[in-house]
Amino acid sequence: MGPVINDFSIQVATVNGSGSQTANGILLRAIFQMGIPVSGKNLFPSNIAGLPTWFTIRVSRHGYLARRSASEILVVMNPETAAEDVAAIGPGGVIVVNDQIRTPPIPGDRFVYHVPMAKLLEPITTDVRLRKLVINMIYVGVLAELLGIAEDEVERALDAQLAKKPIALALNHRAVRAGWEWAKSNLEKRDPFRLERMDATARSILIEGNTAAALGAMFGGVTVVTWYPITPSSSLIESLGGFLEQHRRDPRTGEASYAMIQAEDEISGIGMVLGAGWAGARAMTSTSGPGISLMAEFAGYGYFAEIPAVIWDVQRIGPSTGLPTRTSQGDLAFVHGLSHGDTKHPVLLPASVADCYAFAMKAFDLAERLQTPVFVLSDLDLGMNVWMSEPFAYPEEPWDRGKVLGEEELAKLRKFERYRDVDGDGIPYRTLPGTKDAKGVYFTRGSGHDEAARYTERPADYVATMDRLARKLETARTLVPPPAIEQDESAEVGLIAFGSTRWAMIEARDQLRAAGIPTGYLLLKALPFTAHLAAFVGRHRRVYVVEQNRDGQMADLVRRELPGEAAKIRSITHYTGLPVDARSVTDAVLAMEGAPAQPPLAQGAAR
Amino acid sequence: MSDPTGARNRAGLTRADYDGAKTTLCPGCGHNAITGGIIQAAFEAGLEPSKVAKLSGIGCSSKTPAYFLGRSHGFNAVHGRMPSIATGVSVANRELLLIGVSGDGDTASIGLGQFCHLVRRNVPVVYIVENNGVYGLTKGQFSATADVGSTQKSGRVNELMPVDLCAIAIELGCGFVARSFSGDQKQLRPLLKAAFAHRGTAVLDVISPCVTFADHEGSTRSYAAVKEHDAPLHEIDFVPYFEDTSVDYEPGTTREVEMPDGSSIYLKKLAADYDPTSREHALRAIHEARAERKLITGLLYVEPDLPPFEQELNLVETPLAHLTLEQVRPPRRVLEEIMEELRTGRAPGGVS
Repeated sequence: MGPVINDFSIQVATVNGSGSQTANGILLRAIFQMGIPVSGKNLFPSNIAGLPTWFTIRVSRHGYLARRSASEILVVMNPETAAEDVAAIGPGGVIVVNDQIRTPPIPGDRFVYHVPMAKLLEPITTDVRLRKLVINMIYVGVLAELLGIAEDEVERALDAQLAKKPIALALNHRAVRAGWEWAKSNLEKRDPFRLERMDATARSILIEGNTAAALGAMFGGVTVVTWYPITPSSSLIESLGGFLEQHRRDPRTGEASYAMIQAEDEISGIGMVLGAGWAGARAMTSTSGPGISLMAEFAGYGYFAEIPAVIWDVQRIGPSTGLPTRTSQGDLAFVHGLSHGDTKHPVLLPASVADCYAFAMKAFDLAERLQTPVFVLSDLDLGMNVWMSEPFAYPEEPWDRGKVLGEEELAKLRKFERYRDVDGDGIPYRTLPGTKDAKGVYFTRGSGHDEAARYTERPADYVATMDRLARKLETARTLVPPPAIEQDESAEVGLIAFGSTRWAMIEARDQLRAAGIPTGYLLLKALPFTAHLAAFVGRHRRVYVVEQNRDGQMADLVRRELPGEAAKIRSITHYTGLPVDARSVTDAVLAMEGAPAQPPLAQGAAR
Repeated sequence: MSDPTGARNRAGLTRADYDGAKTTLCPGCGHNAITGGIIQAAFEAGLEPSKVAKLSGIGCSSKTPAYFLGRSHGFNAVHGRMPSIATGVSVANRELLLIGVSGDGDTASIGLGQFCHLVRRNVPVVYIVENNGVYGLTKGQFSATADVGSTQKSGRVNELMPVDLCAIAIELGCGFVARSFSGDQKQLRPLLKAAFAHRGTAVLDVISPCVTFADHEGSTRSYAAVKEHDAPLHEIDFVPYFEDTSVDYEPGTTREVEMPDGSSIYLKKLAADYDPTSREHALRAIHEARAERKLITGLLYVEPDLPPFEQELNLVETPLAHLTLEQVRPPRRVLEEIMEELRTGRAPGGVS
């Protein structure tokens, strides 16, 4: 077997709360600094300490960042899951074991390296608590030697991560070195896996989607942020809080140009956002599925009263304790129609960290332009995992505050009616409380209002309101981010995806092309659909909608949008709670296209 | 409701300028009297209507903001959620005076959580509970403030402990807590004016009989029952800072509470001396009154100097809603530095 260079996955099986996250982060970054495309997936439990956690690092010279269903290299650090972890490594795979952990017998066609981790730690620290944390650095050193991670890159990654903690830094350096030197003098390299420097990451950044969203919100000019803690959304707000604290306070007086409020629940969270939006602030909240459920009534209120609001849903699996640390795209249909009555909300669908950044700004512009709640549907995979990306660009456009009448504009008007469709686009004009001109005053309430915001239960008034709101949604089609389309003139098969599913799609399309099936591709970026959808579907003989939920929610929406094309639409779903992998998509398409399934590219059982 | 004299206040407005739409509540409803009280108090206080925002939840009481201050923006929210709307409006525009109207169902049941947290945050809002012990719009069910032993029209007796919103507010650190009666305008009006001058949450629990569902014998919130059990703690006078009135009271008969804006509340002793600056005293008085089946009314607790929410947040002077793009979008350099940190792995400016 020849060498396998820059194309494999490493799985570290450990226990949460053990400090392995620092070690894994250093591995990831050191490989990234070698110029090799890399991605990391953290599979963690909803727990503070003591339960199994897996971190998977994928290196791909092709630049594929999606999760793979199998890994070639395993680091065994958790006795509880050792048997299961070892069984998942196929022939030819590598198993690095802390020698104090017992594993079942391992077949001879795996490469096993037993590392005396505890013994190596003895000269480093006598503190039992510190040993527990620092032991992870031993496998960093061992893997570095084994795979050929450049020494200076590990040192740099370590320095960067722990620069502010000199004592911890020194300790970690020694532990890495101990693993390294032990491996150098004791391990006989027998496996084929190697890392070699490339030049594919020089300008790139590494960032989590939630951090990217936080940056976008700050540069988008957010002024009111509310939240209630919930995984996997909390880190969005916490990093936003950090950025705002640093960049949006007057350094002299400490005065803040923003309010950040931890609400008592998500109902209150969205209520505060609606109050602030009504009063003219750029307001947002972020939550996950259970919080979205609580926001349902207010979401409808915002829709009917026409109040801007931005709501992030970093999707997980719920309700209750559900699988709160597993990813999903299961909130799509619920969020799009959230609330009772005839409601429909614009929904933005970021597919990358760059989208998270850009849509965090765009969502405010849309919410204020359309005077309605706008939802941004991220997910745990996008939000909480680390992604490589091009650096983000500074916004060159000013913000769009929408149709807000100031004193001067009001003074020129003979009369003001809050809900009149003056421009024919379904979007009325609004005024803000505090407006001096008495003709700008209005009273806000739910759906029972006429054009002048007076209470009414007249059928004709209600119908007029509903029809105008429908017109407004038509206008939204022209304002939301358009899909990204990749044409292939020879393709009879079209693929549609959204959100974090994108990463598996890139790879699946290459696999399908290799199997003789070229595909066209449309990556949806928003609801309502834009005109691109009909054209794309019309161009293909068959269209697969790929998504991470059980029932094919997006496929349903596409069929409803294009009833004449419904027979063409097929659904491919993935709902294990783990990010979708390319092979699952490829195999599903091949099976439905009647082509023989290819032998699996990766060996080993799927986790 | 216009003032036949046409007198103008310091805002240059007549009393009629504070009117709203015509009420749609039942004739004789206590809420209408409170609406009248708000109009009169706003006129006397010389409120600038454009600087006021009216907020409410759902219920008979929550309809009333449409019936006063027609020149102010209004927001009739969803059931029990006015406090969160108020919080959002308040942080977005700290220059607004918020008048929130709610009911006992809206505040003591569905909205109890939001009410508590509004009070904890000390969000500046004049929070008026029009409290009649029943759900009116849904035809007479008990609310959570109904007294033990009070009956419905059908004769059903309430056996559950009532929620005392004033006691809860005091317990949670509210700096202005009053109880009043819709039938006692002489007391209600100065309380409202004092609440307008308070910077922080001001809770006014106003007992307001429901003439349709709770004015019968057996209801402890009928006009007759409230009049019988009403025990005012003091006579109240409010002198705003802009009125150059010297008030002479016999020494030892009156307490004066100074508000941060220079206004004063004068509390004239009635039967016994009542100290509204002691939280313990206030809570004891509420508990004793319940045991004696008395309805004590007046300024139960006041602590005018508590920092309001915007101070806790250390907000800039300019309302957040009025900040310009330049004030809220950090310069290009900041993004470039953060990108460099994310490229090299040094912890970003946010949370490491």
